[in-house]
Amino acid sequence: MRVRTIEISVGLFLVAGLLALAMLALKVSGLSVSAGGGTYRLYAEFDNVGALTRRAKVSMAGVTVGRVVDIEFDKNTYMARVAMDLDADVNTIPLDSSAAILTTGLLGEKFVGISAGGDDVFLKDGDLVEDTQSAVVLEELIGRFLLNSSDGGD
Amino acid sequence: MTENKDNFIEIRGLSFGYGNKVVFDGVDMDIPRGKVTAVMGPSGTGKTTLLRLIGAQLTPDAGTVRVDGQLLSSLRRDELFHLRARMGMLFQSGALFTDMSVFDNVAFPLRVHTGLAESMIRDIVLMKLQTVGLRGAASLMPAMLSGGMARRVALARATALDPDFIMYDEPFVGQDPIAMGVLVNLLGSLKKALGLTSLIVSHDLAETAAIADVLYILANGSVIASGRPDELQNSDDPQVTQFMKGLPDGPVPFHYPAKDYSEDMLGESA
Amino acid sequence: MNWCTESMVSLGRWGVDTVRVMGRATLILFLMLSRGGGGQGAFFPLLVRQVYVVGVLSLVIIAVAGLFIGMVLALQGYNILVGYGTEQAVGQLVALSLVRELGPVVTALLFAGRAGSALTAEIGLMKTTDQLASLEMIGVDPLRQIAAPRFLAGVISMPILACIFSMVGILGGALIGIDWLGIYDGSFWGNMEQAVSFADDVMDGLIKSVVFGVVVSWIAVFQGYESMPTSEGISLATTRTVVYSSLAVLALDLFLTAVMFGDL
Repeated sequence: MRVRTIEISVGLFLVAGLLALAMLALKVSGLSVSAGGGTYRLYAEFDNVGALTRRAKVSMAGVTVGRVVDIEFDKNTYMARVAMDLDADVNTIPLDSSAAILTTGLLGEKFVGISAGGDDVFLKDGDLVEDTQSAVVLEELIGRFLLNSSDGGD
Repeated sequence: MTENKDNFIEIRGLSFGYGNKVVFDGVDMDIPRGKVTAVMGPSGTGKTTLLRLIGAQLTPDAGTVRVDGQLLSSLRRDELFHLRARMGMLFQSGALFTDMSVFDNVAFPLRVHTGLAESMIRDIVLMKLQTVGLRGAASLMPAMLSGGMARRVALARATALDPDFIMYDEPFVGQDPIAMGVLVNLLGSLKKALGLTSLIVSHDLAETAAIADVLYILANGSVIASGRPDELQNSDDPQVTQFMKGLPDGPVPFHYPAKDYSEDMLGESA
Repeated sequence: MNWCTESMVSLGRWGVDTVRVMGRATLILFLMLSRGGGGQGAFFPLLVRQVYVVGVLSLVIIAVAGLFIGMVLALQGYNILVGYGTEQAVGQLVALSLVRELGPVVTALLFAGRAGSALTAEIGLMKTTDQLASLEMIGVDPLRQIAAPRFLAGVISMPILACIFSMVGILGGALIGIDWLGIYDGSFWGNMEQAVSFADDVMDGLIKSVVFGVVVSWIAVFQGYESMPTSEGISLATTRTVVYSSLAVLALDLFLTAVMFGDL
């Protein structure tokens, strides 16, 4: 029957669409089903964020545990305030941990690296990471290097 | 204006135009209940437009149209759709739904409006198709029908809901003599069997005059004559005689309005 | 002076016409949405039929186009990246280009040509042959019976087609990259996973395709509805559907990309 074939093919079409989406989710973007999707928010203030952008990753020990969601200028402290969303199951970051802006490779993209501290109290949603280390600005580094070497030459 | 119960449709002071082109200018018309009314006139006098105004697919610029006592302009959407269910219309082209079979075309208004069981609908559809002599064609698609057959199917569809009123847009145009005869017979028997009020828009004089009870002649945006066909046949109004006798030129000009001929021809080169 | 007035007049007329067309288009969209569900007769079978016509029948061209585009991307990307010794990044290049841009955009362009033009022609022909007027006289709203199912079917089909396009494209890229060019499959898929984010890239692509679906189907239905009831009018309307929806898709893509990825 003609109507039946149409209905069946439309059903198959919808299934194919969902299957494609599922593959995009699981195989292509590596979305793991168990992650649950929950996050919590941490803040960190840096003297200089360099070329850090939104959506940059946040990693601990080289593993991506979250992402930067917002960067804005704090007019009271004259520092850059970075908001990060961390995966909810990474909930044991010690209070005295430090955040640094790092670069993948020599010229790669910027990301926030968190190094664990030793405190047994953990950071919670909305907390501020106190200990921060700014982005290394290549021009400043070169400038300092030149200055030092000319000092040494005298 | 008091309404007359004998009239199914009353049109008063109807004016309508497309952009700057005036189609109707103050038309008054009565369509009596249970009779066949024909509106005739030269091509381009807005006969189809008149049907669209009665079906409320177009809104008049001025004037009123009452159908069975109801003022069209005062009806809400759902009331209008309800009213239309009581009106049938036979379009010039037949306007069958090309993606449905003949059976489904005729069944369509029934399925939409009645909620009858499918077996009932089947019986009614076959009855209607039998009336137009096309029961055997029920499973065909509209593309397989000839023009005359398509129009007969359209007639079955237009009468599927047993409407009170039916409009025919140029039912005789482009029909071979046999198909024309079949149609004329059908229209006549429909009127007798159902007591239908009918409105025929046409310029085929002989066929229309043969079945019409009342005749209106439209020209230049207004009604120039009305009455029984035999009255009009013997009228001495030059406009009427021109139309009834089919004279090429007369009060209804052969030429589309234009500048003076000689001026037009010579003016260009001068 | 005369020329000046003339051009102002034509500009003004153009402005008025444009506003009028936009108004009618908005009205039709609104009426389609507001009357889509209700009314007489079941709506669902109409919708299923149109998803078949609009979606299922477009599947082959979408899948084939996706496959080829994915393969070409992999080849081109490999040739550039191999110079920097980073050919493992072909996976992420193919996936990101497809999921973010080419999937939604090329699907929408093909959809406009394949399904949009057919929609316009079909509705235009129904108008020409008085089928729409006939529906009205039967007491059925053609917007609900004809326009709404076609519009919704377009909106539903487009994201599905775009997902299939992207996925087939990525598989085509993998075929070329892994099986032919010999990229290590672990780093091909691994880099891709690392680079593509579901919440940003896949979802944003999906949102784009829904927006494109709305725009293309809207234009197609409206052009059919507004077409002049002559054969010339229908061919004009069909051309307009393809041209307008392609331009609208490309312009909207720039806008959506700016909002989604450019932090606008």
